[in-house]
Amino acid sequence: MATINIKNPGLLTTIQDKGRWGYQRFGMSVAGAMDLFSTTVANLLVGNDENEAVLETTLLGPEVIFNCDDIISITGANMGPKINEQPIPMWTSIYVHKGDKLSFSRVQTGIRGYIAFSRGLDVPEIMNSKSTFIRGVLGGYEGRKLNSGDEITLGNKSLDYTGSYLPKSLIPDYNSHHSIRVIMGPQDEYFSESAKETFLSSKYSITSEADRMGYRLEGPKIEHKSGADIISDGIVFGSVQVPGHGSPIIMMADRQTTGGYTKIATVITPDLSILAQMAPGSTMDFKAVSVEESHEIYREYNNKYNEIKDFIANNRFDFNYIRNLDLKINGTSFKVDVREIE
Amino acid sequence: MYNETKFIPAGDKSLVMEFGNSIKPEINAKISNMVKSLDKLKIVGISEIIPTYRSILIIYEPLVIGYSTLVSSLKKIEKDLGKANSSKTRIVELPTVYGGEYGPDIEFVAKHNNLTIDEVIKIHSSTDYLLYMLGFTPGFGYLGGMSEKIETPRLQVPRTKIPAGSTGIAGKQTGIYPIDSPGGWQLIGRTPAKLYDPLSDPPVLLNAGDYIRFIPVDEKEYLRILDLINKDQYKVNIVEEGESHGNN
Repeated sequence: MATINIKNPGLLTTIQDKGRWGYQRFGMSVAGAMDLFSTTVANLLVGNDENEAVLETTLLGPEVIFNCDDIISITGANMGPKINEQPIPMWTSIYVHKGDKLSFSRVQTGIRGYIAFSRGLDVPEIMNSKSTFIRGVLGGYEGRKLNSGDEITLGNKSLDYTGSYLPKSLIPDYNSHHSIRVIMGPQDEYFSESAKETFLSSKYSITSEADRMGYRLEGPKIEHKSGADIISDGIVFGSVQVPGHGSPIIMMADRQTTGGYTKIATVITPDLSILAQMAPGSTMDFKAVSVEESHEIYREYNNKYNEIKDFIANNRFDFNYIRNLDLKINGTSFKVDVREIE
Repeated sequence: MYNETKFIPAGDKSLVMEFGNSIKPEINAKISNMVKSLDKLKIVGISEIIPTYRSILIIYEPLVIGYSTLVSSLKKIEKDLGKANSSKTRIVELPTVYGGEYGPDIEFVAKHNNLTIDEVIKIHSSTDYLLYMLGFTPGFGYLGGMSEKIETPRLQVPRTKIPAGSTGIAGKQTGIYPIDSPGGWQLIGRTPAKLYDPLSDPPVLLNAGDYIRFIPVDEKEYLRILDLINKDQYKVNIVEEGESHGNN
């Protein structure tokens, strides 16, 4: 049977896909990958349906042993991926052999890495999703994060012996500060003009209380006109809640479906994948856009995604024609993979 | 209820359709009808509908339907609601064993309110409770309509594990724990009915807009029903009534 073994799980490694959509009216959280951009690109690079489940790994990567050949890709945070201790490139299809070990050195940029498997991860779909929802002990691998010794069954898809890569110009930059675009509301009228001005003109940093459920931010307090409580209503990925203490909390993938705090603004979809890669200590400022502007941005984002899809489809290399060369330049040795692109 | 429903953007892919700013059965009834219409009409571009106390969160795909087109479609559906035949209300009957090991706090609830245990049971089970919305955890219903006579503050020290099906009181609220979880509600009874089953479709028994009726049963009957449920041989009784529901 095609499987992988988790020799060391890293800090927090879970199985995630796009999430458990369609069940929020029953109180079911969506969960799903925090960085959906990296997840879908990882899947495209190994010839998968873009919604196939991947491993999401946080800060410290896992050690994974392959019990079969597979084609994988690693996207998102640069955690220094290695196969059998040799560094491998990210945002590229990689052919791995039975017995190979995937491991990571340390995180250099971003915080969440994604590993896609061409064979797919063969775990049960619950409510049409393989995503792990840890709080609900549901989905993924036994509803929990991966532990040492776990063996995950892969699908029985036959491997295509070609791969592709993402050009540097299309790979996102993860910095220590980002401007995050928001649409004001739904409860921005609960805040005075000066409070809204504070929110949009200040720098907020991510505290250590930041996880898959939400990020607590630190920065100038945002004061309510009267109370911070509302009659509980729906929450989305990117809702910026401001409880009574005046510090914002951005709701992320494992958010609860409803909540009773005022939401001053909502992060737009294209910026969520960047937010997902921001670690505690990094900072952001918020920039308000209108709904019309956000849809224009979303259209451009989608065009970029289609461009990536086309690039991956049209720039293929054949794993049978990879030449491994040892080069010596000015006394330093380099191992170089030369790929023939069709 | 607002004279005119508010449409408020909640990000680039969601909007809130807000009907009022209070918890009232008539607002919730309108939400239920709107949700039923939206479920039936299946507007292309709407991917998810989440009803809450006084609003509906609508998730849409902006590349398929624009914001203003969506708002005008929703306005039209709302206008047509009145003309549609009034839909039926579901009353879900939950057999419930009160007191004993199933409701260890019923004595406290009785003492706190100067009532006998039997009076607490009678008061709690003689109202049909409107399920305003599901949230907090899968299958947890926010119920409205509990009598003030049995209001009781939460436990000072929450329990670490409360079995699924436990029915409790927290201040003015009553509710049922759908899954084993920690919590601070005063437990007065337990239903054998499965409120949440991740492998069922739908995964929950109760829907927003339903009324919940607690049917007192003794321990023997509770165990009999529990056994049938475990063998998948029991169906919770659901009564359907016309729109005008009298008890609330």
